[in-house]
Amino acid sequence: MKISVQMDDFDVGFEIKSISKNNSIGAVASFVGLVRDVAMTLEHYPGMTERAIGKIVEEAKTRWQVTDCTVIHRYGALEPNDQIVLVAVASGHRGDAFAACEFIMDYLKTRAPFWKKEQTAAGTRWVEAKTSDDRAADRWEERKPDAA
Amino acid sequence: MKVRVLYFASVREKLGRDAEELELPADVSTIAGLRTHLRARGGAWAEALAESRLLRTAVNQDMAPPAAAIKPGDEVAFFPPVTGG
Repeated sequence: MKISVQMDDFDVGFEIKSISKNNSIGAVASFVGLVRDVAMTLEHYPGMTERAIGKIVEEAKTRWQVTDCTVIHRYGALEPNDQIVLVAVASGHRGDAFAACEFIMDYLKTRAPFWKKEQTAAGTRWVEAKTSDDRAADRWEERKPDAA
Repeated sequence: MKVRVLYFASVREKLGRDAEELELPADVSTIAGLRTHLRARGGAWAEALAESRLLRTAVNQDMAPPAAAIKPGDEVAFFPPVTGG
């Protein structure tokens, strides 16, 4: 398992290869988040961020078969089209890899302490949290395997 | 008791401060109590920590609700809902 909160960019190909070196792995699912059309600065809560992502990954491991996993999230100044986040999950089969990858991303959106500040022509503004992100994370509560 | 309080993102900007060590009066023992205590400073504090403002809080780097207890030496953080990913 690798969790990294960093200013530097990352190489998706390298990261996927790094979690594919085990012949019990039959599937790697990955998600890459990019900056759309507005430059931004990402702030985070050092210490809590890594801890929060670690807890999300642990939760994913209780729900699906996760052989290995890498989560990288950048902070600092980012330009349009820059990579922001990578979630890559290696598993025996694709179902678990897809589901765990989406779950980690949905939970990261609502539980990991990051804040985006956009630089627009009109000045800077803090991005507002979206209720659609809360709903995306809430779906997984309903699908919890041990829910009666 | 003494606690460390951290502020992030728009809260940090409004307060012009990112952290402080604070000696709390005996009657402050929860996050909600601490928020009320800080709001009593008035000005930017009353505004940034206003009851109407939706904020998230953490104790010792775990998300925690307003009713969560605070112990001596705890690290308490105030911040807006998160927007990463």
